[in-house]
Amino acid sequence: MSSHSLSSHASSLLDESNITRLNQTMSQPPAPVNMKLGAFIDRLFGWAALAAACLTLALLFGILLSLVYGAWPAIHEYGLGFLTRTVWDPVKNDYGGLVMIYGTLTTSFIALLIAVPVSFGIAVFLTELSPAWLKRPLGTAIELLAAIPSIVYGMWGLLVFGPILSTYVQMPLQKLLTGVPYLGAMVSGPPVGIGILSAGIILAIMIIPFIASVMRDVFEVTPPLLKESAYGLGSTTWEVVSKVVLPYTKAGVVGGIMLGLGRALGETMAVTFVIGNMNQLNSLSVFEAANSITSALANEFAEAGEGLHQASLIYLGLILFFITFVVLSFSKLLLARMKRSEGTKS
Amino acid sequence: MKKVSIHSLLSVSALTLGLLAAHSVSAQDITGAGASFPAPIYSKWAADYNKVTGHKVNYQSVGSGAGIKQIDAKTVDFGASDMPLKDEELAQKNQMQFPTVIGGVVPVVNIAGVAPGQLKLTGEIIADIYLGKITKWTDPAVKALNPSIKFPDDAISVVRRSDGSGTTFLFTNYLSKVNAEWKEKVGDGTAVNWPTGAGGKGNEGVAAFVTRLPNSIGYVEYAYVKQNKMVYAQLKNSAGTFVSPDDTAFKAAAAGADWTKSFYQVLTNQAGKDSWPITGATFILMHKVQDKPENGAAALKFFDWAYKNGDKTADELDYVPMPDKVKDVIRKSWGQIKDGAGKSIAF
Repeated sequence: MSSHSLSSHASSLLDESNITRLNQTMSQPPAPVNMKLGAFIDRLFGWAALAAACLTLALLFGILLSLVYGAWPAIHEYGLGFLTRTVWDPVKNDYGGLVMIYGTLTTSFIALLIAVPVSFGIAVFLTELSPAWLKRPLGTAIELLAAIPSIVYGMWGLLVFGPILSTYVQMPLQKLLTGVPYLGAMVSGPPVGIGILSAGIILAIMIIPFIASVMRDVFEVTPPLLKESAYGLGSTTWEVVSKVVLPYTKAGVVGGIMLGLGRALGETMAVTFVIGNMNQLNSLSVFEAANSITSALANEFAEAGEGLHQASLIYLGLILFFITFVVLSFSKLLLARMKRSEGTKS
Repeated sequence: MKKVSIHSLLSVSALTLGLLAAHSVSAQDITGAGASFPAPIYSKWAADYNKVTGHKVNYQSVGSGAGIKQIDAKTVDFGASDMPLKDEELAQKNQMQFPTVIGGVVPVVNIAGVAPGQLKLTGEIIADIYLGKITKWTDPAVKALNPSIKFPDDAISVVRRSDGSGTTFLFTNYLSKVNAEWKEKVGDGTAVNWPTGAGGKGNEGVAAFVTRLPNSIGYVEYAYVKQNKMVYAQLKNSAGTFVSPDDTAFKAAAAGADWTKSFYQVLTNQAGKDSWPITGATFILMHKVQDKPENGAAALKFFDWAYKNGDKTADELDYVPMPDKVKDVIRKSWGQIKDGAGKSIAF
């Protein structure tokens, strides 16, 4: 705001002096004084922008440092072994993070498994197949899904979706797969409709609007010329989408998926309601109650005393920070690779 | 749930009003933070007190652990905790504590055809259920106590709190007292390493799970049972009688304790034939040496007023007020709170 008024003030100054000078001598080149002022303002703006960028970086490092500082007692006590320990016992003051890390990664993976194909379908329908009158309401409806608070998803998952999942999915599956090795174990557990799978599905519903709108936006920027040429050569819609639209937009598509993954990794409230908050890894069943990093933090932080309990929770936060960092770097790497292979293909 | 949300709304609007009226803040405005269990009664007391005296009391319901941290850091005038601090810990921090109201934790079940108060349970059985040793309501131990109830032959769904809470502390403390295996394997605390069961966040989370899952058992605060008309179980107390959770049973448990020596009293498994076995008081924490004596004195005045005039409000909100004898002991204990010069700030 202030920089804006400053610059407009400066430009009006510039104009006035220019006019007076023009009146004095028409043939003289523009005066160096004004140049200096303009350059100064330009530099000032550059500094302000740099300061904003530095502030973000400083914040990032500040958060990282305070996480490490807060987690230090736990890091000192367990080291990297924290990542593979499955105990979480506040009474005996003994902690490990594997259960939560597993929960976070598995629920996010399930969420992507469901959300990516569905979002792709939505985006293709909206850009290629939908009649024109349906495009706008449907697109808006999907974007509106993103505005629902996550606690509503959580309560809905617990009270409405959980029972449906247990009655119509888990119980029939358990009947069907009893005695089958591996698959039988995958669906075991009490039929209550809360656990890893419910959390994954709820997360999928939550990230679909994000991925779908990004995909739709990037699909829309594919030049019509390319698409129409492909159609003109006799391609089917699927061929156009898979051979023209997707290769043209893959960077944006990967970006959208990563945005969704980031949201899934960090989601707290909805997961807390439907994951069951149980620290166990005895059974790898997707219907078994589990725990996630964010959920453990939300549940225990307020009541955690000073010392190892709090430090271990902060350590978990640090791990989530690291997981997100790895996911981001991985997506950047993926994009860089795609760009490189782009030249060789065509 | 409704009550809590209305109160949180009230406190939010109170906060907004407080911000609007920031210019009128005087030294008499005091702040406290901590346990969420007594938050509705503290807010109501504060509102009534404000009407009568014009003084403001702001209470932030942030959880006992956070309340303890805030009073340690002296960011608030009083802290609040559902779990009493041990005398040694208080001495080390140079703080004191006193109880304000009493509440009870009640086991609730969802079994088809079972009415409130019909099911009889003992602490040993509940501990075995939560240990995963009793997995069906048709277990001989349960049947022996309830010969007239026809139980379904399905697995018990065990429900407990997922967040750290004073409710969990009282519940696990009781189970530790009556079941040796529980004490050894799990122990007591605001959060424990649960051997089994699904975790719900807050009383409302546990209540939602229990109402939804058939053949489930959970534990919630008494106010929740009463307001949501949940199916509670009778419990056998240490005198061997089966009691139902109500005001008189909580009062009986509180009367049995000896408050004169120390306020560190966990009222679980108390003697007395009318005592409800999972009862507990909620506590206020204050520094013994006050940096701002006028704030400390104002806080004590507020609680003195609440002990004198707040019992009816407490009853309405399903808390049990402290017995009058205990209130006198508490008032006497305030003499320990002093200003920097060593002069008592109580009136």
